[in-house]
Amino acid sequence: MIVAKRKPFDEIKSLIQGYKKILVVGCGTCVAVCLTGGEKEVGVLAAELKLSQKSESEPADFDEATVQRQCDREFLDELDDIVPEYDALLSMACGAGIQFLAERFPDTPVFPAVDTTFIGVNQDVGWYEERCKACGSCVLGMTAGICPVTMCAKSLFNGPCGGTNNGSCEIHKDQPCAWQMIYERLARQGRLDKIIAICPANDWRNQKPQTLIQPGYEERYGSAK
Amino acid sequence: MKSGSKLERILEAGHFAFTGELGPPRGANIEAIRKKAEPLKGVVDSVNITDNQTAVVRMSSWAASLLALQEGLEPNYQMVCRDRNRLAMQADILGAYAMGIRNMLCLSGDHQQFGDHPQCKGVFDIDSMQLIQTVSTMREEGKFLNGQEIDDPPRMFIGAAANPFAEPFEWRVYRLAKKINAGADFIQTQCIYNMEKMREWVKRARDMGLTEKVYILAGITPMKSLGMARYMKSKVPGMDVPDEIINRLKGVEKKKQGKEGIALACEQIQEFKEMEGISGIHLMAIEWEHRVPEIAEQAGMLPRPEV
Repeated sequence: MIVAKRKPFDEIKSLIQGYKKILVVGCGTCVAVCLTGGEKEVGVLAAELKLSQKSESEPADFDEATVQRQCDREFLDELDDIVPEYDALLSMACGAGIQFLAERFPDTPVFPAVDTTFIGVNQDVGWYEERCKACGSCVLGMTAGICPVTMCAKSLFNGPCGGTNNGSCEIHKDQPCAWQMIYERLARQGRLDKIIAICPANDWRNQKPQTLIQPGYEERYGSAK
Repeated sequence: MKSGSKLERILEAGHFAFTGELGPPRGANIEAIRKKAEPLKGVVDSVNITDNQTAVVRMSSWAASLLALQEGLEPNYQMVCRDRNRLAMQADILGAYAMGIRNMLCLSGDHQQFGDHPQCKGVFDIDSMQLIQTVSTMREEGKFLNGQEIDDPPRMFIGAAANPFAEPFEWRVYRLAKKINAGADFIQTQCIYNMEKMREWVKRARDMGLTEKVYILAGITPMKSLGMARYMKSKVPGMDVPDEIINRLKGVEKKKQGKEGIALACEQIQEFKEMEGISGIHLMAIEWEHRVPEIAEQAGMLPRPEV
């Protein structure tokens, strides 16, 4: 899932400074699962914002709305009738959702209430870890299912470097060395031959905005692309 | 000859090589380079010019390499993968070669978090293995990384680093083999203090026939004090400092610890001269360039052969 983190409260406040009627828009998918931008978190943020207005001479109004997925047009439909009542939107979705919301309502300023941080996994309730950088050319088959681009601080394709430190990365003792893990798992599976050959320079396919059209849909979207 | 550099000629002739290190200044101070270069003249065969060492901004390694060249030293131009992408790297290699630089050391680089701009974006477009392969392909095939022809290809003598002490120990010789396959002509190792482990690593490299294919220069950094030894032991990742080194420095009074550190380094150099599979010494006398002549003298590395 995509993991996001709520922005510091003061930063959120300064972003919406001067707007009087604000809709806080949540998303019921990834950011809800990671306890950052779902219905419950929208409620908490709206309540905090309302409270912070108490000392203002002209306090701003905050309402709440959470859609199933802000990155999906079909779920944005339900906002069409209510958005015109507001002079700003404060989105708690990931960066993709925020942009899709802004694209849908080009006359209304949209502000982010979260920082989108990574594609990751759910280690336990409230504990998430990054696993994928969406580089666009997956090497997990060679590296025993451990991503060197994400998990190695230097994104090495031919590690481990000389900074590996008793199983930890040189950047921090709590950060495991990805290449140590890759080595151990490949050894366990009897597949060390996978990393004997030099892995060539990567094709960084994530260096420009990307589009995916599934096979079978080319004809339908071909002209639109 | 691959590059015709002095370092290559010395190694090819079977001499025991001796290389030094010079860290560029944190500014445009040419005098600082000249001052550091002076004691190295005629003492080392080649001098490594570090590239934003420890991720701290310094004068660029190619510029400092040219200044070293003007001073009559042969530079070993270091390049790290942290600060530039494959376009900039290949461009700098062309420029360096055009200006007379003939040796290169290809490194991943310390992580930017350790440096003076920890918020920066680390590039790591390619890694050290891929950089070695790039420099080698430029020389051997006259082609860029994308396969296109180079108009007058750079012919560098290609160096790589190896850390015999980092985990997993069993994998270290295989990674050395990968660097040789990528095109490394010579290796400069991490600073060695654990001689027992070093002997084992060299033995394994020998058993795999690797020492026939590459020149290995053993990395030596003399301890300046007990404090430095303790720091290296506990704070520097990938460094293996046995207790016997600490105890030996502890055994002498503070102002004689530097002398003891030099004595220790000289003992190591003596052993490496006899060790099958070791072709020279890379002396990293960190901010101690002025002591290099006396270390070289004491270790019996002088005079340097003329080739």
